[in-house]
Amino acid sequence: MVLECKHVWDHISDYLDGALEPEVLALVQKHLEHCELCSAILDSTRNILVLTADDRVFELPVAFSKRLHARLDAEMGLASGRDG
Amino acid sequence: MTEVAAVRDETAMIAAILAGDQRQFHELIRPFERGVYLMALSMLRNEAEAEEVAQEAFLRAFRNLAKFRADSKFSTWLISITLNEARSRLRRRQIVKMESLDVPEEERRHITPALLRDWREIPSEALERNEVRLILRRAIEELPEIYREVFVLRDIEEMSVNEVAKAMEISVSAVKVRLHRARLMLQKRLAPELKSAGPAKRRWLSWS
Repeated sequence: MVLECKHVWDHISDYLDGALEPEVLALVQKHLEHCELCSAILDSTRNILVLTADDRVFELPVAFSKRLHARLDAEMGLASGRDG
Repeated sequence: MTEVAAVRDETAMIAAILAGDQRQFHELIRPFERGVYLMALSMLRNEAEAEEVAQEAFLRAFRNLAKFRADSKFSTWLISITLNEARSRLRRRQIVKMESLDVPEEERRHITPALLRDWREIPSEALERNEVRLILRRAIEELPEIYREVFVLRDIEEMSVNEVAKAMEISVSAVKVRLHRARLMLQKRLAPELKSAGPAKRRWLSWS
């Protein structure tokens, strides 16, 4: 059985997660060996996932943590007052 | 969000907090501050509101800690609280009317990715450039909500597919389908955008 490109695209996500069944994985790998197009799509997707997961993409606002813990402290003060 | 949790005894911390040592709650949540904020930010797309929602989620977790059941991870429980807080904020804002939460799972089986003949790896150093960070942030923020939620939890917060399913109360296969679409949508949009953003220019000082 030979996979067409568009069928390979359906498996990209599971391929990247290492979640393909062995038989499907073998077919996809065979296709990738000779298909520049699908290889480039796979490489670019993998690359994009590495970039989007980087901590620099989204940053915590300055003093976020300080404000959060201050608010929790205020809440705890209330709670201990209430519960004795 | 997972590695830190593994080496800490969260069950003992939670028991101590419930027994009256409330201060430990500060330590309990520390590893999850970023994840909760990012979840809120990705949904609300506004920093100030995301911070409020994150604070509300932590407060709610604190108030409802006795209801936490150890059959799920504390981080998963926390994320589901955050999701609910963010969704109710969105409803109040009435932005939801623009976006359907009920995109049928079978709609558009195939997403055609950006077709490239070759891909030159974009190194992580490119993220030093504000422009590149902005391109990535926008692309994620503009994913349809049902895809954005799954993508952020799985690929940014690095939760497992099973944890995402649990936090969102959807099936594992639904998580996989949404994740696949989210990833291909990002590839479709970002591959050409990042390519045209060009290679990182060498700069001695990078202020941006």
